[in-house]
Amino acid sequence: MKPILEIKNVSKRFRIRHEKQSYLSLRDSLTSLFKSDTASTEEFYALNDVSFDVFPGDSIGIIGKNGAGKSTLLKILSKITPPSSGKIISRGRIASLLEVGTGFHSELSGRENIYLNGSILGMKRKEIDSKFDEIVDFSGVENFLDTPLKHYSSGMQLRLAFAVAAFLEPEILVIDEVLAVGDAEFQKKCMGKMGEVSKSGRTILFVSHNMGSISHLCPTSILLNGGKVEMNDTSDRIINHYLSSKHNSEENNKFIPDTNTKKEFYFSEIYTANKERQITTHFGFHENINLHVNVCRQKEVNDVLLSIALLDKFGNRVFTILKSLDELEKDGMLSKGILRIPENLIAPNIYSFHFAICKADGTVYDIHEEQCRITVIDTGSEFALFEGRDYGSVIVNCKWN
Amino acid sequence: MEYEIKPKNKLTLGIGELWQYRELFYFFTWRDIKVKYKQTVLGFAWAVIQPLAMTLLLSVSLGKIITSAGELTIPYPLFAMSGLIIWNIFSSGLSNAGNSMVSNANIIKKIYFPRLIIPISSVLVSFFDFIMAFFIFIGMLFYYHTSVVIGQFLLFLPLSILITCVATFGLGSLLAALNIKYRDFRYIIPFMIQALLFITPVIYPVSILGNATLRFIFALNPMYAPIELFRHAIIQKPLDSNLISISLFSSLFFFIVGLFYFRKTESYFADLA
Repeated sequence: MKPILEIKNVSKRFRIRHEKQSYLSLRDSLTSLFKSDTASTEEFYALNDVSFDVFPGDSIGIIGKNGAGKSTLLKILSKITPPSSGKIISRGRIASLLEVGTGFHSELSGRENIYLNGSILGMKRKEIDSKFDEIVDFSGVENFLDTPLKHYSSGMQLRLAFAVAAFLEPEILVIDEVLAVGDAEFQKKCMGKMGEVSKSGRTILFVSHNMGSISHLCPTSILLNGGKVEMNDTSDRIINHYLSSKHNSEENNKFIPDTNTKKEFYFSEIYTANKERQITTHFGFHENINLHVNVCRQKEVNDVLLSIALLDKFGNRVFTILKSLDELEKDGMLSKGILRIPENLIAPNIYSFHFAICKADGTVYDIHEEQCRITVIDTGSEFALFEGRDYGSVIVNCKWN
Repeated sequence: MEYEIKPKNKLTLGIGELWQYRELFYFFTWRDIKVKYKQTVLGFAWAVIQPLAMTLLLSVSLGKIITSAGELTIPYPLFAMSGLIIWNIFSSGLSNAGNSMVSNANIIKKIYFPRLIIPISSVLVSFFDFIMAFFIFIGMLFYYHTSVVIGQFLLFLPLSILITCVATFGLGSLLAALNIKYRDFRYIIPFMIQALLFITPVIYPVSILGNATLRFIFALNPMYAPIELFRHAIIQKPLDSNLISISLFSSLFFFIVGLFYFRKTESYFADLA
């Protein structure tokens, strides 16, 4: 089978001018004619020798940090900007959705905007006519069809925009992170629609920061880094690789102890690490979180308790764990322990920890609030489609009878 | 269907692609016409009010002086109106086309279609205004009992409009392409249109100028020919074929330069917008 898209050694080069002005003006062009030094320009490769093939029916996710070249790649695929070198051979009609509602005009009515947007996206008028009712139905704005768009709420505008896009029927659909907006119910509807599109045998290229939706929608992915293809593999492997490479060591959240303390007990070291014992602050939902805790003793006291609480981003306690200090492994003056928080439990979000060394009678030896900030990333939980919504801090796998 | 996306090195007109996207002409033109008169009380009437009011102003202020020069064969209001409605295609078309790439930058950056559609649609919008005003002009012809030779009218009217559109599109696409790179043109365009009005036979006939060299310079103006031809459609008066040809060459020159400059630079519009 021939690939439907062949991306061959595509590069995109920009020249950065190291001068104060960001606008080109006629005056500068004219004066530069007479200047011998053509200012200091630096070449910058937004994409550097990118090659890969896409086969009909593939759904491919494109993952990468900001500035990795994802959007540039999509822009070249959509013919918005030409590559500086290399070429792409395409064997199907490409429709690109780099934004929902491209060309929407606030003075025009919903009905008029459906036609305008549809035709800008490349639909024929007859095509729009025949799908008009479905589009309106999908968007749920039938009561406001003849109202100017400027009176729509932003959510309604978005739904209308996505509804038009959802009925595009190209052979290859290129989508930028358009799903990152909108209410959860609508997002779910959109993801459902996209799933349908990919099942119907069409080819999808999908850029997103939301690992959850990538792993839902795309079996394989491409990881871009600094304009190059770093990895081309199954989405699961890429997401794991991406998470571990992105958030390694440098940006750790190590707790820095107060060393010249006269406290009888104090925390000497606390950090979070993954199961390979690498220090990290970012955990996939499917990973367990290991909190390494070292406590230093200056004195032997019995019945000392270690209290560790997980806090959500607002500082509310998710749960608290108590542990007798005597039960931890002893190493000279140090007591060491690793708290393992089970995988598939903590809902994707941002958390921090609260630590204390205390006694049941109320004596507190050492206490720290909101330390060791961590991020749990959705790697395909059942709530992946509801990113940004508050569905609690734990996902509990309860049984139904 | 197989095609390649690669660095552009060949300059073509891309007619086939324009045909493929022909419906977009309609939608862009339709959008601009709709939006232009949205939320106005008088609506499309504005397309008529503007040239009419201008004609009235000119007739009251300059009408007598220009008529007394004895070069006119038709009443001054008819003379001014005939010049204005053609001039308006050019002036509004040029200013819309010139700013069209910048004002549609949000679309250009997000989706591909042949970019030429945008300046062409801008010219079509002005042409629509012309049609509205033209009906009033026909009414004026009856009012002043102008005797029109039908054959001459039907020949020179479309010819004049065609040349106007060619000139407007050529200069408009040149300015559109320049404007997206050098925003200075945002300020140059309105000034240029204002200045051009004075060297176009809209308000007064060129024959009023005694100096032959000056007339020659006037003829370099691409709008000289269409306005003279349009008047020729209603007046039986010999045309100065030399001046007309100079002006025609000028239109053609701007058309070719505009079209090619636009095609040459259009692939980088999204990077510059």
